[in-house]
Amino acid sequence: MELRAICKQFSGTLVLDSVDFSLKPGEVHVLFGENGSGKTTLISIVAGAYRPDGGSFLFRNEPVEIFSVNHARALGISTVFQEFSLVPQLSIEENLFLGAEETFGGILKKSVIRKRAQEVLERLGFSLNPSQQVAFLSRAEQQMVEIAKAFRADLSVLILDEPTASLTDQETEQLFTLIEQVKAQGVGIIYITHRMSEIQRIGDRITVLRDGHKITTVDADVSEEDLVQLMTGRVFDQIFPDIAFQPANRMLEVRDLKTADNTVRGVSINVANGEVVGLAGLIGSGKSDVARACFGCSPISDGSIYFNGELTNGLSPRKMLERGFFYMPSDRRDEGLVMMRSARESMALAALNTPEFSRGVFLRRQEEIQRLRYIAERLNLQPANIERVVEHFSGGNQQKILIGKSLTRKVKLFVFDEPTVGVDVATRIAIYQFIGHLCEDGAAVLLISSDLPEILHLTNRVYVLCRGVLTAELQSDNINQENVLRHCFEREAA
Amino acid sequence: MRLIKLAFVRLGVLPFLLLIAVVIFALLSDNFLTGRNLLNVVRQSTYLTLVAIGQMFALLTGGFDLSVGTILAITSVVGATAMATAFVAMPDSIPFVILIGILAGLCAGTLIGVINGIGVAVFNVSPFMMSLGMASVGFGVALYMTGGIPVYGMPIEFGDIFGFGSIYGVPTPVAVTLVVIVIMFFVVNWTRLGRYFYAVGGNLKAARLSGINTKLTLFLAYVFCGLMASVAGILLTARLDTGEANIGATMPLESIAACVIAGVSLRGGIGRFENVVLGALFIGLVQNGMNLARIESYLQIVVIGLLLILAVVADQFRLKVIASMQDY
Repeated sequence: MELRAICKQFSGTLVLDSVDFSLKPGEVHVLFGENGSGKTTLISIVAGAYRPDGGSFLFRNEPVEIFSVNHARALGISTVFQEFSLVPQLSIEENLFLGAEETFGGILKKSVIRKRAQEVLERLGFSLNPSQQVAFLSRAEQQMVEIAKAFRADLSVLILDEPTASLTDQETEQLFTLIEQVKAQGVGIIYITHRMSEIQRIGDRITVLRDGHKITTVDADVSEEDLVQLMTGRVFDQIFPDIAFQPANRMLEVRDLKTADNTVRGVSINVANGEVVGLAGLIGSGKSDVARACFGCSPISDGSIYFNGELTNGLSPRKMLERGFFYMPSDRRDEGLVMMRSARESMALAALNTPEFSRGVFLRRQEEIQRLRYIAERLNLQPANIERVVEHFSGGNQQKILIGKSLTRKVKLFVFDEPTVGVDVATRIAIYQFIGHLCEDGAAVLLISSDLPEILHLTNRVYVLCRGVLTAELQSDNINQENVLRHCFEREAA
Repeated sequence: MRLIKLAFVRLGVLPFLLLIAVVIFALLSDNFLTGRNLLNVVRQSTYLTLVAIGQMFALLTGGFDLSVGTILAITSVVGATAMATAFVAMPDSIPFVILIGILAGLCAGTLIGVINGIGVAVFNVSPFMMSLGMASVGFGVALYMTGGIPVYGMPIEFGDIFGFGSIYGVPTPVAVTLVVIVIMFFVVNWTRLGRYFYAVGGNLKAARLSGINTKLTLFLAYVFCGLMASVAGILLTARLDTGEANIGATMPLESIAACVIAGVSLRGGIGRFENVVLGALFIGLVQNGMNLARIESYLQIVVIGLLLILAVVADQFRLKVIASMQDY
């Protein structure tokens, strides 16, 4: 299978720019790159979920055009996405043949389905009972079902998108054994991962993507350091402002924090006035969970949180806001903004109980409008109409509205969770400058980000988390890509 | 043309429907556009207006209340029974008797709202199941208390004042409704609580992260809904002069229809108070107009259903127009 000069645009932005990619039978080809580098888009094109805007697709040396996921399946290309496409209420066998049921005059041939399900599971060596309900399976077993689904027809290309993200070490071992088996049958595998150890363990070739460009394809014996260099390595000097850090008294001190859902296991950090502290780590490292636990929106099981010298364990978001702790969630649609209401209402929401916005139970709407016009101007909201419905603003401006929420009340500690996800460069620069000003005005800032350059250029201290555990605290001079990344990736016995 | 488009986007489909309805019924019947008839429409619409206002709170928070009809019934039965009993005990202090009856009715009706609120906010029962269950419970209790027979024996003054009386020429039910409208207008638009209803319905998680007590807000939405419906129940009891378990059966559909025609979103977070009042008036107007035009009552039900669907289709179209207008 081969892709030549594949291009893909999403609403004007080029997500993939002339990417070449090839896959031989019986090899594991790893796709490697940061979040947003185009990995997922590329495999979605191969899987038939997206149509490319340019380039050609060769399958067994013949040009093909893939119309849909089903069409790709028919050609023998199957994908196991991070998000499972299983119906929990149905049994394993029903899931395996969902959409491809054997029927006789519209009536399900249940015994045939059962027999074929058993065949597939046996061939793969999975010890699963086909009549069991999927909801009762573990994550790893569900993953097995998902993979088995790919094998229900003849398979030539298997795409695995971060398959080990939710697996235990033992389950990962099982998966690797399976991959070996599948390779031996001549199936080509496209494998996406963030984990160095896995690349060296099972990869044959690696293609590195960055910002929608293919950087290079190398053999898997390349060193960890070289890979990291290939993956990042950009110049961002003109984008990031110089911030004068003046760390003063500690605003937030967290000791041995453990969350009830075990996403954070014994983390201690602190943040002072006049500094920007970074919190780095991969998705699922628990970096957001630390801040959410401090803000009181997810329960903690152990540890202590001191905010401004006061023990604040177990206080609600409302009480934390009153004390000057502001948490800006990473997902503006899901948790940040009221999309169908005006920008004004979304921004004022967190501050309506302050005397500036209300007197007793009554709102001071005139003052509200004035105050928010000022904030919109300060953030350069485009268009500068605060009565416009949030949904109708562009992504970057929605993010500005979300940031505007923090300006409606007195805040001592700003926590920004992925503040630049899905925003254009101009907004990015504006947000960075905004963070710089906050810090220079003496506020404490905690920056949670998966965007490495952001962490490297904006912070004076960085904490790195991996799987809920603090793996490093880096000071100004030691903050560089290699140091941060090395601690992001788990070093299993490779 | 541009002006019409702008008005459509700003105000929604309701003003246009109202205008069309008035023109059609004025042509069909000479009596329609008389002051007396229009006052009639307003008076007949008061009960639905009150219930629709209550329903709006539930809808704004992203739920709905199917038990509003039952709330009317239970208010009527409990209020009438309490009043009749008190009247037997103290036939001389009529104002006090009436007060007891009204309070008992309001408490009983609001209690259903309180239970709905607890179910939805604390136990996370879906509003559909919660209010449907309570509708059955309430209706059963109302029937059980009365044995299906209307409750008589209230002082005549109750009906004279609250059913047929008037204050400075304004019928009492209309006056009461006006006062409620003014208060609720302020609650919705000028208080924190009002804003919180929109925020909780618009994005529950964002509201929680903004430090809003979302459970309390949800709870209060159903309490308000119960209170509004039971005020309507008291007024309707006064008008009928009996406590009845069978009143309000059409209220769930009609109140939701009034809100939806007024542009209240079934997914929560969207809806203007003024329009809901207009929406209830519109339904009253259409029913009155069809009566005058001698349209058969079974056919009227068909028309109400069709109007509801038409309003939703028009609203979808409106969203498309808004999306195409860059600067709005």
